[in-house]
Parts: sequence; structure tokens; C-alpha cells
Amino acid sequence: MSGTYLGMPAFPVAAHEAVANETLRGNLRHATHTIRAKRAKAVAEVSDWAELREAGKRIKDHTLRHLDRYLEQLEASVTAAGGTVHWAADADEANRIVADLVKETGESEVVKVKSMATQEIGLNEALEAEGIHAYETDLAELIVQLGKDRPSHILVPAIHRNRGEIRDIFRSEMGEWGRPAPEGLTDTPAELAEAARLHLREKFLRAKVGISGANFMVAETGTLVVVESEGNGRMCLTLPETLISVVGIEKIVPTWRDLEVFLQTLPRSSTAERMNPYTSMWTGTTDGDGPQNFHLVLLDNGRTDTLADEVGRQALRCIRCSACLNVCPVYERAGGHAYGSVYPGPIGAILSPQLRGTQSAIDASLPYASSLCGACYEVCPVAIDIPEVLVHLRERVAEGGEVVREGNKVVLQPAKGHAAERAAMRAARWAFTHPGALRGGQRLASRTRRLHPRSLPGPGRAWSGTRDLPALPAEPFRDWWQRTHGSKGAAK
Amino acid sequence: MSSRDRILGRVQRALADVPQDDTPYEQAIPRDYLREHGARRVAETVDLLAENLADYRALVHRCAAGELPTVIAGLLADRKATSVLVPPGLDEDWLAATEVTRVADRPESTPQELDRVDSVVTACAVAVAETGTIVLDGGPDQGRRRVTLVPDHHICVVRVPDQVVSSVPQALERLDPTRALTWISGPSATSDIELDRVEGVHGPRTLEVVLVESGSGPDDPC
Repeated sequence: MSGTYLGMPAFPVAAHEAVANETLRGNLRHATHTIRAKRAKAVAEVSDWAELREAGKRIKDHTLRHLDRYLEQLEASVTAAGGTVHWAADADEANRIVADLVKETGESEVVKVKSMATQEIGLNEALEAEGIHAYETDLAELIVQLGKDRPSHILVPAIHRNRGEIRDIFRSEMGEWGRPAPEGLTDTPAELAEAARLHLREKFLRAKVGISGANFMVAETGTLVVVESEGNGRMCLTLPETLISVVGIEKIVPTWRDLEVFLQTLPRSSTAERMNPYTSMWTGTTDGDGPQNFHLVLLDNGRTDTLADEVGRQALRCIRCSACLNVCPVYERAGGHAYGSVYPGPIGAILSPQLRGTQSAIDASLPYASSLCGACYEVCPVAIDIPEVLVHLRERVAEGGEVVREGNKVVLQPAKGHAAERAAMRAARWAFTHPGALRGGQRLASRTRRLHPRSLPGPGRAWSGTRDLPALPAEPFRDWWQRTHGSKGAAK
Repeated sequence: MSSRDRILGRVQRALADVPQDDTPYEQAIPRDYLREHGARRVAETVDLLAENLADYRALVHRCAAGELPTVIAGLLADRKATSVLVPPGLDEDWLAATEVTRVADRPESTPQELDRVDSVVTACAVAVAETGTIVLDGGPDQGRRRVTLVPDHHICVVRVPDQVVSSVPQALERLDPTRALTWISGPSATSDIELDRVEGVHGPRTLEVVLVESGSGPDDPC
């Protein structure tokens, strides 16, 4: 994934700094609480939400289980419709393909639709190194790009910025990139949106190359779908002569009909709308309408490694709605940057360590960036059991074991720093398999309960530093059961 | 080895646990969700469309077939439009009552030229009541995708009730995936500032939808 994130500190370190930033916490709290209530209302409007969610989950699972077949079908459909399909095993290869395609056009600038896949591979930086300027056109991406900042949310990458900060960035930076911000720009959202419209208009109208991702690709028809709000997507998908779409291989759905599920669940989950303002669907090229050259770059970059994990592969069902971020108590306080990835929040905590592997400090810490409260699972429109995958990945970090990296099986060593956790688990296993010892230990613990400290000593201090130790009962449960029900049990 | 073969090979190895006789597509997906939400008479479906369009800040007008030219002329006049983009196959009668300069979208027209046009009038392919959506499929009465994108004022005519469906599943059934499709639900908007919706970014900032009663009686029983 993007080099921007290499060397990120582990989540607890980064989060510790973030929670001390009161402006950031205020901005995040305001934004996530606004959208939470709206999403609940939008979802409550459809009485068959549970059925739609289940259908979405099954469509994605089925596709993933037969991904090779659907990839080949998609390639054939897109090609038949006039598009050209490219395959990229990793970020470097995808960036090279895109840079070469842009150079072939003779252009030195491109306009971009907001796309997680191109963020993930660091496309803008790679193009810049080749002398090609990539202009982000989504409002939030523009704010991030102008502010030389990093995205902190899947849907609203500038969620950590409030209107006043956005106005300041527009005032000081827009002139560097093109048309300056209007004189006397205030911080009302309508004026800020107007400033973005004026700034980007000239770029849209002269653009010869557009770059996008896609929300869905239909294998049966070769149709790509981009869901958006502002119209910047339509501009990039319609006005240029050449369109290059970089899309993760997991974005496939088998049939045209399958869109009927996701076009109902995605807008309600992400922006809490019945339908987003604009959805574009295109199948290859259309004579005399829109780009006459269409390239689709199919991106692996860790997705097949994720697919190899029978528990973890469900993360590939994700449709990037960001509902899980908006309900997450950890995300709300720590913010997106602490996750050290373009995929923050609960979905990022299971996606990043699978796409990138768990070797780095940040990736090894992400599965622990959760209280396992399960709110993310509850709102997920494709029912990804994020807590299940988090626990699975914690086990992988603590215990090591066999995983697939870049298509090859490798055996991971248990991570350092989890010795106390492993020792505690071993002790628990021993105790639970020796009932006599367990009973003796429980009685001893109950009788000495007045002497127990309020926090644990040694390696346990980190755990009890943020948690209350459970209060022990005066009598162990099994003794109580024996005393009150013992004779009945024996009579049976 | 090509990257294509490498990726497909990785996929196949990753799916070693999936049996040969895995549940086929037709049986793997439960389709017990609704085809539409709630039972409505045809007229109620049209009302719902009008309500949901307006909820997302589209300006909705209703008229009988004979009134359409006057309504369109009035909307262009209110906007003080001096030029209007006209798709090649638009019903000529629709613009019969206005003197505004017609502009055709020729293949060689540049986006800059289209940007100087005030308004655009189109028909649509289908409209979705539950979501307040109109869908364009690039038919002769709708034109290229760019004509409804660059001008700041879009007047879209929906023939009711013929072109109205209740739901997204019903709309997809009516549409042809080989055509370039644009689904429009209200004017351009953004939620990027503090996750609150603001209308008016890059697409047309004013969307006017005219629901025109097609010939027969306006209130046919369901």
C-alpha cells in the first residue's frame, strides 16, 4: 500500500496523540453523530433491510468463492464492449500501467474521481514522479490534497477538518493549484462548495484523461458503476477522451440484477440517503458519447492473500460505505490517521493487516484497535463479522502460523511483546483441564478477595490500567451450585 | 508468467477449500427481499416520486400534455435563459412556446462551448418513485451524457405514469445495461463538510422535473 504510511507508529502510540487533540475530537464527534442518526432513519425506511443485507452478503460470498471464473467473464465482457483490461499484481505494477497509459496520450495532467484503490496504491505520488499532475476532484479529497494532508475517513477523507479549517486551506492553497479562492470567502458550506466548483471547472473542461475506481463491476455485462454526489465523478467519467479505471478484483458482482441489492443498501449506509445524487454506469465505450478509450486495471495488491484466509476473506465483501467508521467508539476518539492506512476504522483494522501483512508495528497493532463492541458488525450492509476477524487476526499476531503473502505460503513467528498474553492463555488452558486445581484456585481467590489489589502488577498493568478488575464473589459458582442444587443433581 | 495468469493462479490456490459442486449462483442468493416497498395505486406512486424528488431539492412541476410547451417556456423565462441545449430527438413541440436560442450538441462541440449554454431540456428513460430518481440512458430525446452535466440548469420531462416505477429493482429490469446510464437524484450535492448535505457542486445546481400526464386519464385505477 502507499508509501505514505510506512514507518507509522503502532496504533496505541498514534491514538494517544490524537485523543489529546480537542479540535479533532470535536470535529469527529460532530460528524459521526450527525450521520449516525440519519443512517438509522434511512435504514428504517425499508422494511426488508435484513433480507437485503443477507442477499448482499451472499452475492459477495458467492462471487469470492468463484472469483477466478467471474474475473475471466468480466474481462471478456469489458473487452467485447470496447474496453481494454490490464492486470496488476501489486501497487507498483498498477502505477506503472497507469503512468504508461497516460504517457501514451501525450498528456501531463489527469483529473481523478475519488477512489480508495488509487489511494491505496499511492497513484498520485507515482504519477508525480513521472511528471504527471493528478488533480483530485472530490471536495474532501481536494481539501486533503490542498492541505498536504492524509485522508482519515473512507467516504469523507477530510472529516477531521471543520468548516473554518477548510476555508483557511482554500484561501491559502487554491491559488497554488489554479484558480484562487474567491475574495472574502466565508466558512458557510455552500460558499465552500461554490469555491470548489469554480476552482475545478477549468480543469474538468480541459481534461483529456480521467482516472477513477468503481463501486461495482458486473461480470455478466462488463458494466462499471460509480456512485457519487457532487458530479465530479460524472465530469471525469464523461468529458475526457481517455478513461482509466483502477479497481480491486473483489468489486465484482455476477449479474446486472445483483445491483438491485447494493444500489439500495450502499447509499443508505454511507450518506444516509435513499439514493445518492449521481450514479454512472458504463459498459466499455459508447460511440460518440464519453471517452472513446477505456482501460480497466484489475488490482490484486494483497487481495488474493486475503482470499486465502477462510475467516479473513469476508473482509473482501466490503463495499466501502463507511457505516462501521461512523458508529465506532474507537474511531470517534482516535480519528482516522491513527490507523496508518487509507482504510481506517473497524474495516481498516481487519483489511490493512490482511492486505499488507502483520509484520509492521502498525499492522500488528490494528487487530487490537477495538473494544469488540460489535456495533460495526450490526451496521455493516454486507454483514462482515468484524469482531470475529479481529479476534482471528489477534490470534495470528500472538501465535504466528501459516499465511499467504504475495501468493506464497509463509510461516509467521509469534510476535514479540505478547509473551505475557501467551503465558496467561497457557495457564488458563492448564487450569481448565485440571478441575481439582481450578476448584482449589477459585476457593483460594474467593477467600482472599479482600486482599486483592485494584490493578495488576507487572505485565498485567497495561491491561488493568484502563479496566476495572472483575469483583470476585464470596463463594465460587460451582461451590454455590453444589450447596444449593447438589442433592437434586445427584438424584437424577 | 503474465500478471493475469499470476493473479488467476493465486485466486485458484486461495480457493482450494471451495468444493467443485459448490452451491450454484441461482441457489446461493436468497431473493426474499421486496420488489417494491408498500402497495400503492399508480397515482400514489407518481405522488411519491414527486415527494421524494422534492425532498432532495429538485423542483417538481406537474402538468397535462397540452400544457407542456407553456410550462417549459415559463421555466426557461424564469431562469432568464437565453440559450438551451436540445438533444437531437427531443419532441419539437416541447419547445414550441419559447424563443430561446436552441443549441445542438454536435460531436465537435467542446465542453467550453457547452459551458456557455444556460439550460438543457431532456426526456428520461425511467423514474424511480421510492428513491426520487430519474434515469437517463442516452436515447435520442436525452442526448450525450455531457449535455445534462455541463449546463447549470436541467429541465427533465417524465411521462407519468408510463415512465414511473416504484423501486430500484423495477428500474433495473427496464434498463439496458449496454447503454451509458446516469441516475440522478436531485441536484448535485456534497456531504463532505462535516457530513452534512449541501446542494450545488459540479453538476447542474438546479434540477427541474416536469411530470407530464400522458394522454389518457390522470387517475386511472390500479
